Amino acid sequence: MRYLPLSDADRGAMLARIGVDSIDALFADIPAEMRLDGLVDLPRRKGEMEVERLLARMAGRNLTAGAAPFFVGAGAYRHHVPATVDHLIQRSEFLTSYTPYQPEIAQGTLQYLYEFQTQVAALTGMEVANASMYDGSTACGEAVLMAHRVTRRRKAVLSGGLHPHYAEVVRTLSRMASDDVVTLAPDVTASEDLLASIDDSVSCVVVQTPDVFGNLRDLTAIGEKCRAHGALLVAVFTEAVSLGLVTPPGAMGADIVVGEGQSIGNALNFGGPYVGLFAARAKHVRQMPGRLCGETVDAEGRRGFVLTLSTREQHIRRDKATSNICTNSGLCSLAFTIHMTLLGQAGLKRLARVNHANAVKLADMLAGVPGVDVLNATFFNEFTLRLRRPAAEVVEALAGKGVLAGVPYSRLDPGAGLDDLLLVASTEINTDDDRAALVAGLKEVL
Amino acid sequence: MLNRQGRPTAAADASGSGRATFTGNRALLQSEALLFEIGRLDTTGVDIDEPEPFTPRLGGLERKGDIGLPGLSEPEAMRHYVRLSQQNYGIDTGLFPLGSCTMKHNPRLNERVARLPGFADVHPLQPVSTVQGALEAMDQLGRWLLELTGMEAVALSPKAGAHGELCGMMAIKAAIEAKGEGATRKVVLVPESAHGTNPATAALIGFEVKAVPAREDGTVDVESVRAMAGPDVAAIMLTNPNTLGLFERDIVDIARILHAAGAYFYCDGANFNAIVGKARPGDLGVDAMHINLHKTFSTPHGGGGPGSGPVVLSPRLAPFAPLPFLTREGGTLGLVEMARDHAGERPFGRLTAFHGQMGMFVRALAYMLSHGADGMKQASEDAVLNANYVRACLSDLLSLPFGDRPCMHEVLFDDTWLKGTGVTTLDFAKAMIDEGYHPMTVYFPLVVHGAMLVEPTESESRASLDLFIATLRDLALSATSGDTERFTGAPYLAPRRRLDETRAARSPVLRWTPPEPVSEAAE
Repeated sequence: MRYLPLSDADRGAMLARIGVDSIDALFADIPAEMRLDGLVDLPRRKGEMEVERLLARMAGRNLTAGAAPFFVGAGAYRHHVPATVDHLIQRSEFLTSYTPYQPEIAQGTLQYLYEFQTQVAALTGMEVANASMYDGSTACGEAVLMAHRVTRRRKAVLSGGLHPHYAEVVRTLSRMASDDVVTLAPDVTASEDLLASIDDSVSCVVVQTPDVFGNLRDLTAIGEKCRAHGALLVAVFTEAVSLGLVTPPGAMGADIVVGEGQSIGNALNFGGPYVGLFAARAKHVRQMPGRLCGETVDAEGRRGFVLTLSTREQHIRRDKATSNICTNSGLCSLAFTIHMTLLGQAGLKRLARVNHANAVKLADMLAGVPGVDVLNATFFNEFTLRLRRPAAEVVEALAGKGVLAGVPYSRLDPGAGLDDLLLVASTEINTDDDRAALVAGLKEVL
Repeated sequence: MLNRQGRPTAAADASGSGRATFTGNRALLQSEALLFEIGRLDTTGVDIDEPEPFTPRLGGLERKGDIGLPGLSEPEAMRHYVRLSQQNYGIDTGLFPLGSCTMKHNPRLNERVARLPGFADVHPLQPVSTVQGALEAMDQLGRWLLELTGMEAVALSPKAGAHGELCGMMAIKAAIEAKGEGATRKVVLVPESAHGTNPATAALIGFEVKAVPAREDGTVDVESVRAMAGPDVAAIMLTNPNTLGLFERDIVDIARILHAAGAYFYCDGANFNAIVGKARPGDLGVDAMHINLHKTFSTPHGGGGPGSGPVVLSPRLAPFAPLPFLTREGGTLGLVEMARDHAGERPFGRLTAFHGQMGMFVRALAYMLSHGADGMKQASEDAVLNANYVRACLSDLLSLPFGDRPCMHEVLFDDTWLKGTGVTTLDFAKAMIDEGYHPMTVYFPLVVHGAMLVEPTESESRASLDLFIATLRDLALSATSGDTERFTGAPYLAPRRRLDETRAARSPVLRWTPPEPVSEAAE
């Protein structure tokens, strides 16, 4: 087996050195009747060529985003990722390193985490950010738990514009922890009255912008009312590129900002791995979940970086920890930070403008299609259509024509009675031909 | 080759030769400033054309002013990150014996196949008719995991080990509530040797954690479990093999006791690598176990993630598996993504958006297909053999807290042998760095003093182990013969000397901020 360096001669000599006569002697603590005699019922080893062929065959059965006019978003976005990013994250010293528990030989990881934290804080307009979470949805769940710790209350209010998967993650966690959650009805046009639900019993209000329907939301008034009642404003985003063009939550009074970082540096990957971004006000830093990288000096006074404030974490505090998270999204945060470094604010702003311009162009074209209403007054690179047929059928029909048209809202929230809504995203990847194909396709199937 | 005679001793000689350089660089090892010190706000390494003029739809919410994100051109960015990478130690650099973390070889075939556009360039919310191959990969991974563990069902979506623990404990909580015992079964038993994630997970969803004592040999005291297992107990969380590197030999009795008491058995599968193909958790009585694909199945640790923590479930817990899950009708695979309650399924909810760590699934599947049933069994045997070889070759110098008996995939030493030397476990670990090794896990598990947990994994050759052993023997003799300086100031040769962690925590600096302009008045 190509990954196993020991020869049978090695094995024999090593057993002799250990002083046992068979490998099974080393497994003697496993109760004899529980030990497997032969092999489990699975195929035998395969060479590299064969494995690659098998998996390539599976991969070949999928319609890839790059092979179709592609308008699918709703929490994961297809952007162009520079070749440099994927090359760098595959460097052995990044790819095969561990959590930087030995900082003297992990300064590479620690310095990029420090840079990542600084970038995320700047992007969200917040004071501090952690070294990443699993993804946006779990970061959202952790933000609610953090708000409960800070406020010592246990009731979260979820906006009807929050991605239904995110809302379900929060509800699952809250139900299990016996915390209260109030979920507002799906809010297609960003017209819900969140202010009315804020009172002295509320720990936090969770609002997404751009929301799942694509609307941009001004959070300022919500933030003010939260402050007046001792509650926290948790702002959520699923499209990090939007922050290159849209007022960041930190400038609108958010106390905690969480989001999905996939769209910068990371591929679609059929849903994961992604990278959760988590930022907050500095005064709450000791209640934050996850790893934090901090600056310090070494024994010679040279600047260096370490993981810090670990007394919040499970490996020190065990059942008193702020979270059970251990592994985060190290390599995905590296991809994020490299892409962000290549962009810089100059590139990010331009990328965001191109996204918005493409979405505006597409929305205007679709508004002219019979049986299609564009519902958004505002949006960044994603908006909602009302179709005269159930959106799921339309998407399926268009997929049959090789067009990936978007996400039927009913797939995310089947019980909402909003079967006619289609979420459509448009990024810099879309060409005039893509847009024309979507318009033509919709005209045919509607 | 560095030897003790040539080894620098003064702090100023930190970088080996004792010769200062103008740049602070050391030939191949380049120091690197922060991005914020070398980048510029008007620089970008990505060529994008400005869009044609258009009317924005931002409703007045346009971001104004600088964001504070400097950019680098492509060659500058390349150099920045390559230089940073050179300050890191990885498995590809050398032996990485980090106990309980399973730092085994990461095959590059896995990286290649995970990047096939059919897996990497597919959106999780495309119509399922367009992603049958992706679902097939998930289905096949799940079936391999079930066969290897002897369990009933698998939840693929957990994002890492601790997330898998949360999944398993939520399934247990849901099962308890379904029986109407939610108000009474509040206690989770956790041995003191457990990973910190275990008690943290249990506490997160409202369980009360009670410690289970260990016997003198380091394994769980089955009589204590018997005494504690009552109507108030929801579950035990037990790592097997445990974090001392020992197989819990009374595991079958422990499972029976818990089941008889109406409780569940959660197994932390972090150490599954030792027993793949040798024993099946389902046969042992386990109700739920997470599997760290980034440990046992070789997906890269990536400097701290991403991981992937699928959870296998017993028939008793299978109905409560979270969303989403796969269905198969004829030759077509489907995804159940939203709540439903029929055919006995009562999913407890959703742990994450979308369907889990697909990129990790593909890598793990490539590992499994490559090894096959025979290769995985051999890998477990080699992992255990390598750990025992290290034990046998060091047991005369280092102290074994539970006696000189066979271990599983990792061997635990304590610091008894260092008593009176003035050298601590931490010092010893830092001196290993100077010798070109990543230290073992230190000070974990907490149940022994000054723990050193060594897990060589199956990826090491005998020659590699022999050099490692010889190095540790040299270090050990040095420590016990009074050469404390080799340890207390170590590392001497790493990119940084020992870092001041107290200072980092006392006044945290968690992000770069522009330096204050120096004014006359401040002088």
